[in-house]
Amino acid sequence: MTTQTTPVTAAAPTAPARGRVRRKEQRRSPLLTALTAIMLIYSLVPLVWLLINASKTQEGLFSSFGLWFDDDFALFDNIRATLAYDDGVFVRWLLNTLLYVVLGAGGATALATLGGYALAKFDFPGKRGVFAVVIGAVAVPGTALAVPTFLMFSKLGLTNTPWAVIIPSLISPFGLYLMWTFAASAIPGELLEAARVDGAGELRTFIRICMPLLAPGIVTVALFTMVATWNNYFLPLIMLKDPDWYPLTLGLNAWNDQAATAGGQAIFHLVITGSLLTILPLLAAFLFLQRYWQSGLAAGGVKD
Amino acid sequence: MTVLAPPTISRTGQAAPRPPRRRRSWTGWAFVGPFMAVFAFVFVAPIAYALYLSVFRTRLIGGTSFVGLENYQQAFTDPQFWSATWRVTLFLLVQVPIMLFLALLVALAIDSGRLYGKAFFRVAVFMPYAVPAVVATLMWGFMYGSRFGLIGNINDALGVMLPDPLSPDLVLASIGNIVTWEFVGYNMLIFYSALQVVPKSLYEAAELDGASQLQVIRSIKIPAIKGALLIATIFSIIGSFQLFNEPSILQSLAPNAITTYFTPNMYAYSLSFSGQQYNYSATVAIVMGVLTMIVAYAVQLRGTRKDR
Repeated sequence: MTTQTTPVTAAAPTAPARGRVRRKEQRRSPLLTALTAIMLIYSLVPLVWLLINASKTQEGLFSSFGLWFDDDFALFDNIRATLAYDDGVFVRWLLNTLLYVVLGAGGATALATLGGYALAKFDFPGKRGVFAVVIGAVAVPGTALAVPTFLMFSKLGLTNTPWAVIIPSLISPFGLYLMWTFAASAIPGELLEAARVDGAGELRTFIRICMPLLAPGIVTVALFTMVATWNNYFLPLIMLKDPDWYPLTLGLNAWNDQAATAGGQAIFHLVITGSLLTILPLLAAFLFLQRYWQSGLAAGGVKD
Repeated sequence: MTVLAPPTISRTGQAAPRPPRRRRSWTGWAFVGPFMAVFAFVFVAPIAYALYLSVFRTRLIGGTSFVGLENYQQAFTDPQFWSATWRVTLFLLVQVPIMLFLALLVALAIDSGRLYGKAFFRVAVFMPYAVPAVVATLMWGFMYGSRFGLIGNINDALGVMLPDPLSPDLVLASIGNIVTWEFVGYNMLIFYSALQVVPKSLYEAAELDGASQLQVIRSIKIPAIKGALLIATIFSIIGSFQLFNEPSILQSLAPNAITTYFTPNMYAYSLSFSGQQYNYSATVAIVMGVLTMIVAYAVQLRGTRKDR
């Protein structure tokens, strides 16, 4: 992709930049910073707790203070044990999660991008109907749909297969809406006209001209659908019985429940280390792609 | 839905380039068709199927028969369903305002430009959104715990007995705290993004008039982000009515405090998966979906009326 050569992609990030210029003259306030820091601490303490406790042994968890390290630093032993436990089932769950994310979130992003582009740049019969139906869908509680979806999928023989998790993940009404608003402002109508005058086909126009312009929007939608799929719990919970198909979320919960079952081995240190390993990829993705999602959100569905 | 009206304003600063209207053609369907096809399969079909299921009932003797609206009658007089609905309503009335208020405060603080390290604040407060509900609930559940949690630590260190956050009386508040932790940053970002597009000329005018910061917030900033406030409120209402993950995961840590009908969704789930009552479960899901849409629509109507 030739993102770096397109001037319009810079359009969205200008909003925060303008803000910065505007407030150059504002004085910084230590008091306000300290007050806001309370929220910062609230947001970070559980993550710090997780990081610290991932370095403790099962016994250390019970014998040491929660917000400080124990004497023996067992983080790497814990990571090794997490990956090796039960013949490496954690790795299997990680690969499952990746499969669901790549096909589910990837597919959702592709469908939302194509659909949002069509809604922004084409006039077609039934367009108003599409709009009404999709907006209505945003208000339908997703979990209210899940039980009927399960019943339907079980009739079709799709339950307990990866498809049962992937297919429902393909639809993101919010992603469609975000892409629509983004495409409307990022692709100048004249550009499409020019391409058509030059005799470029619709698909070619979309791939060669529009996709690069849509890149920040695509990254934003991809990130948010990725989070939704990576973090999904309810859908796989009802669709999957076989632990071999579990994503990480279900697997961690199963490990945690293990302590409560009769004869089950308590492995809280592995639950905690596994939790840490589960959230790291997403935290990293959000940190590294900050520029994209922040501008994408600003340009997206939040404006009236 | 006025809040989600199609965009017309270009962010590039040029005059809004409405695409030159081409004659209507079916070409657009080639692009939106795949979305709509999958949408029909995973949204429309399950709703239709649930409606179909809800008018039948399976009995041990006699098999499945058409019962009309009997399942709905049962739902409306089902004390477990109503106790679950009442619980999420209470949750909604307390947790959503607190969360949105905190989110708004942080968004205004970051937007004021008076913070040291505002980029760090923005990212750090948002981070919990990337944490799966499972991990968030397990973390908080462990910290709540009296065995190796922070509550246990505090009890040991100070020799006190703090109330158990996982006791039946407090467990709903504890869940509210987890949900607030997960979504306060997300809502903050929505408000912050909306604040970014307030025309700066308004602030300059206010400054010339000698308006104080609080006046600017009350008269310019809050009205300017009304749409974002409304969207966040509606999404939070929908989320509250759907409450499932956090109580369901906490159940293993607090088995006595969380029943199988703690929330409507948990009730529908246990009807299906422990009780095999698929028809009644589908009915509960539909009633809950309709209730959610009514409340969301009412809030929407009220919110847009205030705009004028």
